[in-house]
Amino acid sequence: MGLTVASTGKGAVDTGLKVQRRHPGDLVVALAGNPNVGKSTVFNALTGLKQHTGNWAGKTVASAQGECRLRGQGYVLVDIPGCYSLAARSAEEAVARDFICFAHPDAVAVVCDATCLQRNLPLVLQILEVTPRVVVCVNLLDEAQRKGIQIDLLLLQARLGVPVVGTRARSGKGLQEMLQALLQVKQDTPLPPVTGYSPALEQAVKQIEQALQYQSLGDLPPRWVALRLLEDDSSLRQSLKEYLGRDLWEQPAVVTARQKALQQLQSQGVSQQGLQDDIAAGLLCRAQQICKGAVHQQREHNTDRRIDRVLLGKWTGFPLMFLLLLGLLWLTVTGANYPSAVLSSWFGAIEQWLAGVLDAAGLPDWLWQITVQGMLRVLFWVVAVMLPPMAIFFPLFTLLEDLGYLPRIAFAVDRVFHKCAACGKQCLTMCMGLGCNAAGVVGARIIDSPRERLIAVLTNVFVPCNGRFPTLITVFTLFLLPVGAGGSLLSALGLSCVILLGVGVTLLVSKLLSATLLRGVPSAFTIELPPYRRPQVGRVLVRSVFDRTLHVLGRAVTVAAPAGLVIWLLANVTVSGQSLLAHISAFLDPFARIMGLDGVLLLAFILGFPANEIVLPIAIMAYTAGGTLIEMDNLLLLRELLVQNGWTWVTAVNVLLFSLMHWPCSTTLLTVKKETGSLRWTALAFLLPTAVGVIVCTAFTAAVKIFA
Amino acid sequence: MWKELPLSDLRPGQVGQIAALHTKGAMRRRLQDLGFLPGQWVKALQVSPLGEPTAYLVQGTMIALRKADAAQITVRRGEQNGTNSGIHR
Repeated sequence: MGLTVASTGKGAVDTGLKVQRRHPGDLVVALAGNPNVGKSTVFNALTGLKQHTGNWAGKTVASAQGECRLRGQGYVLVDIPGCYSLAARSAEEAVARDFICFAHPDAVAVVCDATCLQRNLPLVLQILEVTPRVVVCVNLLDEAQRKGIQIDLLLLQARLGVPVVGTRARSGKGLQEMLQALLQVKQDTPLPPVTGYSPALEQAVKQIEQALQYQSLGDLPPRWVALRLLEDDSSLRQSLKEYLGRDLWEQPAVVTARQKALQQLQSQGVSQQGLQDDIAAGLLCRAQQICKGAVHQQREHNTDRRIDRVLLGKWTGFPLMFLLLLGLLWLTVTGANYPSAVLSSWFGAIEQWLAGVLDAAGLPDWLWQITVQGMLRVLFWVVAVMLPPMAIFFPLFTLLEDLGYLPRIAFAVDRVFHKCAACGKQCLTMCMGLGCNAAGVVGARIIDSPRERLIAVLTNVFVPCNGRFPTLITVFTLFLLPVGAGGSLLSALGLSCVILLGVGVTLLVSKLLSATLLRGVPSAFTIELPPYRRPQVGRVLVRSVFDRTLHVLGRAVTVAAPAGLVIWLLANVTVSGQSLLAHISAFLDPFARIMGLDGVLLLAFILGFPANEIVLPIAIMAYTAGGTLIEMDNLLLLRELLVQNGWTWVTAVNVLLFSLMHWPCSTTLLTVKKETGSLRWTALAFLLPTAVGVIVCTAFTAAVKIFA
Repeated sequence: MWKELPLSDLRPGQVGQIAALHTKGAMRRRLQDLGFLPGQWVKALQVSPLGEPTAYLVQGTMIALRKADAAQITVRRGEQNGTNSGIHR
């Protein structure tokens, strides 16, 4: 999933992936495989930027389609969600199964991890039961080599009956051969050997196949349909019904045959569950046979274990995790300073030039004020302050993801989340939420249980996103550090503490939700800890920086500029002697004071609904009464301004608290609506954090009054 | 000489052969998909700093399971024979 434009913009929940061929002769290839096998590396290596991401129709499951050409032949690659099995246990697996079984791709490429081939083969075997036009892509051969694993690809090919291609997708090797093989299986359909099951099961399958003789099954193999009829998978039944136009489970001949077969199995001691076990055992047995003698391991490889013993050690695990967070934030904060300063000076120069141009053109004064002082300043401020940290944080985060460390975080913290009747994977969505709350909401799809997913979605806002970092850092540095003390390390430390507070609030609110609105049993939790892999530094960085820049610029233009305009209007349009701004803030003031804020701040938060990054500039503009944004390099000057407007350390803390706990931004709210499909939960997503924020701020302010 | 015990009792570094799965429904299928099948060798690797879940090595992959779920898998522990293809990774 990760933090990409696709997962954070409005487009994150677009509907419908229509597979489109550019030319009629193009080959439509489904790219399937277990999670963590490097499938997306293969996909990206082949399609590069010629891909188009979105969602599967009607489902909140990510999809991607891309194209490439080789020697005049066009290929359309459809990235199927990673799944362990075609027997659908989740929305992802249902999509994978439906596409492979019912959408009839020209060929299927199954990507496997060379370091655990035996575990990957059952999926290959399942897919082979549906269609023989399969190419097995044994990926991560470089990793296998590092671990001393040798694979005889030709032997595997002979045993499987379909082409087996070795690839090192990270260096682009073997991909051309894979495309060639895909073309080959389309032109000459292979005849792979069939996976056999236990005698009792085979007998039952034969009985049902006989009953299916007179049924039209489209292009589906009768053996596969027979096995599925025995299994009784309700989601498949539905998909099959849509595909065939009728419900096979209701055809009389089929019904009789099925009942007879099941009774016979029962009499032989095979229950419905036993049937499932038999199928799993049958696939494993064949996988073992195929691998025997074809996969050799020279020596045991221990590096990963040693690393884990340190990173997940009893006393070392959490301190290291905190240091990592601190390091990440420090890099973001420090790394952003220089580019921010540079951008600021460029924008200053542009502003001067523009002022000169408008002046020379003889345009009225107010036009200059609106465009430059109103809109442009805010736009420039947002870009200068927002873009550098985001352009650093997102790539770093993606690198960490590539490395394989993130699931280990979920592994380490699961117990705490379990106690709050939530799921350790929620921690991952929170990590994504650090970059962008909307991405965190979309990222909640990795949680299987709908109840726990909803908890993750509703509480994601308690983790401050990149947009809130500048506000938090600035306020913290100005009021909670000794005057004059600066330094990125202290700011990063302060930000870390705020984030930890956010984590604490998330846990409490999750527990509360689990006890009240979202009661239920904690779900089955398994998480795969992938091997540590060297991240693809070059490609990841370029892609991520490019991604982020576009996103921030887009937001700056569509949100920040209009917001600046609105503020300028509010500040300069007067009604009965006072500006609109003064009216509104006066109106909000009494309520805000109870929370330890003031009317202007509350208005700034309200106007910051479209994007959190504009809260601080709006507040500053409002304070400078003229509705202009003065030069903000000088922090002491800013501090003066705030103190003059009645700020104390209490106000600062309340700003931090409210920034952490208030309504989600509009993009996030929209994403929540699309992910949950319900107005009710969206309303709660708005009200819950607001209520928490109001209560906490009020309580803090009152406590200070009492004890100080 | 074999001894049967729940998977949750396996200490890090210890190896066992899966005898049976006692979980039902979705969790059972999930475990089967991940490779926890009777006859497979499984090695306990690492316990989370908070005490659970525990990471197990099965068929070459590291999968973490909570204590309650691991308790529903029975393993046989005894002499490690040399033909475990799944374990030495």
